[in-house]
Amino acid sequence: MPALQELERAYEEAKRDPSFWAEFDSLSHDYAGRPTPLYFAERLTRHCGGAKIFLKREDLLHTGAHKINNALGQGLLARRMKKQRIIAETGAGQHGVAAATICAKLGLDCVVYMGEEDIHRQSLNVFRMKLLGAELRPVASGTKTLKDAINEAIRDWVTNVKDTYYLLGSVVGPHPYPVMVRDFQSVIGKEAREQVLSQCGRLPDYIIACVGGGSNSIGIFHPFVNDKKVRFIGVEAAGKGVRTGKHAATLAAGTVGVLHGAKSYVLQDDAGQILGTHSIAAGLDYPGVGPEHSYYKSIGRATYVAVNDREALKAFQLLCQTEGIIPALEPSHAVSYAAKMAGSLDKKQIIVVNLSGHGDKDMDIVSEALGVEL
Amino acid sequence: MSRIASVFTRANHTALIPYITVGYPTIETTLQAVPLFASIGCDIIELGIPFSDPLADGATIQQASHEALGQGVTPGVCLEVAEKLSQQVEIPLVFMTYYNPVLKFGPEQFCSKCAETGIDGLIVPDLPPEEGRELEESTKRHGLDLVYLLSPASTEERIRLVTGRSSGFIYLVSLTGVTGARNRLHAGLESFVGSVRKRTEKPLCVGFGVSSPEQAKRVAKVADGVIVGSRIIQLLDEDRSLKNACSFVKCLREALL
Repeated sequence: MPALQELERAYEEAKRDPSFWAEFDSLSHDYAGRPTPLYFAERLTRHCGGAKIFLKREDLLHTGAHKINNALGQGLLARRMKKQRIIAETGAGQHGVAAATICAKLGLDCVVYMGEEDIHRQSLNVFRMKLLGAELRPVASGTKTLKDAINEAIRDWVTNVKDTYYLLGSVVGPHPYPVMVRDFQSVIGKEAREQVLSQCGRLPDYIIACVGGGSNSIGIFHPFVNDKKVRFIGVEAAGKGVRTGKHAATLAAGTVGVLHGAKSYVLQDDAGQILGTHSIAAGLDYPGVGPEHSYYKSIGRATYVAVNDREALKAFQLLCQTEGIIPALEPSHAVSYAAKMAGSLDKKQIIVVNLSGHGDKDMDIVSEALGVEL
Repeated sequence: MSRIASVFTRANHTALIPYITVGYPTIETTLQAVPLFASIGCDIIELGIPFSDPLADGATIQQASHEALGQGVTPGVCLEVAEKLSQQVEIPLVFMTYYNPVLKFGPEQFCSKCAETGIDGLIVPDLPPEEGRELEESTKRHGLDLVYLLSPASTEERIRLVTGRSSGFIYLVSLTGVTGARNRLHAGLESFVGSVRKRTEKPLCVGFGVSSPEQAKRVAKVADGVIVGSRIIQLLDEDRSLKNACSFVKCLREALL
């Protein structure tokens, strides 16, 4: 708790300091590659035969995903707090890579916790993190995935709280993380809002983004929150099907609980034990979800749907073939829902999909799923 | 005065509080160990309800929780075990549980069941006082104590908050970190206990990392109670006859006399 209070104070101070944001903006531009394009996916649109589909190209960022936005913001905050040692958890490895990257850039030490199950299926990102100088610590407890990596990171943090900064990668965990990570990721929605206004002369009808912990989706949703006509759709991972129990559709199938210091929807059994999850996309494989999403759900501001492994894989291939873009498996869930929905909408309507990451990391999984030996 | 608080009224007596995970290695072990520990002179028994994500625990208790869960040890089962034990032992029993199983059970209903089955109090390591109002009211309604925790990293403001709200005793975490046997105690332990002592008359019990009679003795010089968990869990697994665990607890008791 004292560590959280220290973090909250430091973040509140940084937030009011224009020089903090000036550095964030300048590195976002020169180092991370912002702004990212808002791209009209013309062939995909034609293929679906309905609403115009625009892609917010976070996959073009340095390190290949939106995770760098948050890692940069928190990295700068850690340096400001004079914490030399950074710890992070990672699921798919995208946040781990982003954290390792920012630590290399800022000259900070980096330790990344990663579930053994995820290490196995994201070997390329494991190698990347090591190249970037991070120490990787495999987590063998529990389900050996993201939630257990967060457990271990929190245990490390309470042990080494004096000199260590915990760079949490999503809008989950205890306050102030959900708010702070949202603020750093809101750059996505702020840009998208300006871009869609200048390219189309109006706001979109729908914004669609995938939801694991929920950072890319909150990042694109939040700046539109007062634009009441813009509808938000969060797409969760239905895995092998919500009814099979092998999924990660927390908002669709979960109940209220407390996990990692936040009260939100959680996948749990009748006794309050947290359940294991499954998704073809490691970055969505988490039994909790950011509390702000739970709030959006409760007030009806956003709708949450679920897309299964098979549908995500089909959308992955569709985007490769219609647009020459290889998406990560996580946003492939959002692409799938957008493609399905677009056909039923009028051609004048506009859908913005947050393409949160690039698919290079997923080549092993996709080739295996398609039965192709590399 | 609650049954827990009255443990600490004995002059020149340091309370010994063993922790065991309910159902580890078996439910039978729990049912046998608690009366044995009581007969050795333990003052309170801390019964751990296993949880899938025990954030405050090190490898030993994580593993014990995992195995107990595998055997179907739910909060409901823990309540049944507590009911049997409270009929056999006189000393207070407290549950140590993470918050989510309580929330799922329903805080009010859980406290009502605890009182019915003879549980005297709750320790909830992931529940800070800021979030504890609901459970606190339920514990009060059912005559249970709710023990809050402090660590050496706690600020003065936090010490004031916890000393004001904790009931039964205050749980002082001996170090910054998770549970688990350690070779050495934190160097600043005495000054930490002293700084809390200045602000409260409530009993102070020290846990996390205490794993030998020598360490317990050092803790007893400044605290009102000593909590020992992981080392006992290790011994329960090593020797299922409970002989090793009992002789260890006996040594702890003697070290505190």
